[in-house]
Amino acid sequence: MGGQFLQIVSNNSLSLFLWRLCRDKPLGAVGALVCIIFIFSGLFADWIAPFDYNEMNPQDRLQSPSFAYFFGTDQIGRDVFSRIVYGARTSMVIGFAVALLSILISIFLGVLSGYFGGKLDMVLQRLVDAWMSFPDLVVVIVAVSVLGPGKIQIILILSLLYGIAGSRIIRGAVMGVRENDYVKAADSIGVTTTMIMIRHIIPNILAPVSVLFTTRLAATILVEAALSFLGLGVPPPEPSWGSMLSFEGRSYMFQAPWLAIIPGIVITIVVYNINMFGDAIRDLLDPRMRGSGRRQLISQ
Amino acid sequence: MQSYVWRRLLAVIPTLVFASMIVFLVIRIIPGDAVDLIIKNSPFMENTEEVRKQIEADLGLDKPIHIQYVQWISNIVFRGDLGKSLMRETSVSNEIVSRLPVTFWLGSLAILFALVIAVPIGVYSALYQDTLGDHIGRSFAILGLAIPSFWLGTIVVILPAILWGWSPPTRLIPFSQNPFSFIAVFISPALILGASLAAVTMRMTRTMMLEVLRQDYIRTARAKGLREKLVVTRHALRNALIPVVTLVGLFVPFVIGGTVVLERIFDLPGVGQLLLLGVMDRDYPVITGIFLMIGIFVIFTNLIVDLSYGLLDPKVRYQKN
Repeated sequence: MGGQFLQIVSNNSLSLFLWRLCRDKPLGAVGALVCIIFIFSGLFADWIAPFDYNEMNPQDRLQSPSFAYFFGTDQIGRDVFSRIVYGARTSMVIGFAVALLSILISIFLGVLSGYFGGKLDMVLQRLVDAWMSFPDLVVVIVAVSVLGPGKIQIILILSLLYGIAGSRIIRGAVMGVRENDYVKAADSIGVTTTMIMIRHIIPNILAPVSVLFTTRLAATILVEAALSFLGLGVPPPEPSWGSMLSFEGRSYMFQAPWLAIIPGIVITIVVYNINMFGDAIRDLLDPRMRGSGRRQLISQ
Repeated sequence: MQSYVWRRLLAVIPTLVFASMIVFLVIRIIPGDAVDLIIKNSPFMENTEEVRKQIEADLGLDKPIHIQYVQWISNIVFRGDLGKSLMRETSVSNEIVSRLPVTFWLGSLAILFALVIAVPIGVYSALYQDTLGDHIGRSFAILGLAIPSFWLGTIVVILPAILWGWSPPTRLIPFSQNPFSFIAVFISPALILGASLAAVTMRMTRTMMLEVLRQDYIRTARAKGLREKLVVTRHALRNALIPVVTLVGLFVPFVIGGTVVLERIFDLPGVGQLLLLGVMDRDYPVITGIFLMIGIFVIFTNLIVDLSYGLLDPKVRYQKN
C-alpha cells in the first residue's frame, strides 16, 4: 500500500496519479480543483480581494450582491467577498497547521504504542480512551475558556486533540506493518529500531496518514468555524467564516440574508470538496479499490 | 459472556481515573493565577488577602496537588458534589440536573431521526448499487457531513421567516403541561443535528450491507428459495446493523458537541447553554463539572455499546485480549 503511495508521488508517477484521478474519480478531481482554489485564495488573498478585509465604506452599507461587491456588503460597508477571501486564509492557516501538527503527534504516539506494544501500549491506550471520551467541541470550548481565544491556542489544542485521537489509527496500521516478514528480516540482521521505523514502518503507513490529513483538514475548518460562530474563535476584526455568519449574519439576517447565507455555502463547498478529494485519494491508494474502476469491492 | 463483561468493566476503571485527572488538571493549566482571574472576573469580589484565602480554600488550592485531587474526587464520588457556581452561588450538580432533560431530548431525538432517515437510504443504496438512486443518496450523505449545523440552524430560522413569516417554536412549555408542544420545540434542532449523523450512518449501513450481501450465507439463503425481502431483512440487515450500533455509541460525543451549538441557536436552556455561560463568566466549577459529567457519560455509553456488541456478535465475546 505505502510502496504504491511512494511510487505514485515520485516525480514521473505524479502525472499518472492525476490521470487516474480524472479518469476514475471525476468528483475527486473537482475536489482537488476546489482545494487548489481554496489554498490559492488563502495564499494570495492580498491580490485577489478587491478591498481590505476591514475597509469600511459606510455609504455602501448592507448592499446586496452586485458587480462592485460580488457578495454584497455588511452593516458597516465592508466587502463580503474580500472578507470571504481573507477568511480562507484564516481557515487555511489553522487547518493546515492542525492537520500537520496533529499527524506528527499521531505518528509519534502511534508508532511508540504500536511498535513496542506491551505495558506502554496499555497505559497509552487507556489515556487515549480517556482523552477521546470528551467531545471535540467541548474540549476546545473548555480549553479556550482557560487559555483565552486566539489562533495559536486553537491550533495547539486542536492538534493535541486530533493528534491523540489519530494515534489509534496509526497504531493499528503500525501493528499491521510490524508483522510483515521484511520487518522481521531487518530486525534479524541487526538493523537498529530507529532505522526500522524510518525505513520500513513509516513509509508503509503513509496511506492512512494521507487520509487522516484530509479528514483532519476538513474537521478543523468546521470546528474553527463553529468556535468562531460561538464567539470563542479568532477574535475580530480578523475575518473567519464562522464569525461572519454569527455576528454580521445573525444580527442582520432579515435585512441582508446574504450575510448569513454566503459564509455557510462557502464552508460547505470547501469541506465537501476536501472530503471528496480525500475519499478519492484513499480509493486510489488502496489496491482493493482500484482494478477496473467500476468494480469496487467496498466502496463507501 | 460473563468474563467478557468483567473484562470490559475492569477496563473502564483506568479510563475513568485518567478522564477525571484530565478534567482536574484543566483548572491548573490556567496561565497566571486562577484566583486573580476569578477576582478580576467577578464584580462582587475585592482583591484583599482575606478574599484570596477564601477562594483558595474554596478551590482547595492551599494543599498539595495530590491531596487536592483526592479531596475533589471523593467529594464527587461520595457526595455527588461538584462544587458551587462562582457567579450564581448555586450548586453545580443541581443546575446540571435541572437542565439535563432539554439536552437529553434534543440529543436522543437527533439520534432517532438520524437512524430513521439513514438506515432505509443506506439499505436502498446497497441494494441498488451504482444506480442513480445510489449516487443521489451518497452525494447527500457526503453533503450532510460538510454542511455546518450552525449554518443550517441559522437558515432554518431565517428562511421560513422571510418567505412565509413563520419561525420554529422556541418557547419551552413544561413536559407535564403539554408533552406535544414540549417536544415540538426540539423537532427542528434535532432534525438538523440528526442530518449530519445520518450522513455517517447511511455510509456505514451501505458499506456493511454491501459486504454482508456478498457473504456465502446470503447466497445460501437465496439458493434455498427464500423470498428476497426476507433475505434482506432477516439475514443481511441484521448482520449489517451490528457495526451501526457501535456507530450510535460513537455519536454520543458528537451529539453533545452539537447540542451546545444548537441550544445556542434555538435558545434552549440545556447543559450546553450552561457550559457556554460558564465559559463567558469563566465560572470554573461550572466548566469542570460539566466537563467531567460529559466525560463520564461518554465512557459509560461506550461501555454499554461494547457490551451490547458482545451480546449481538458472539465473535467479539470470545476474542482474546
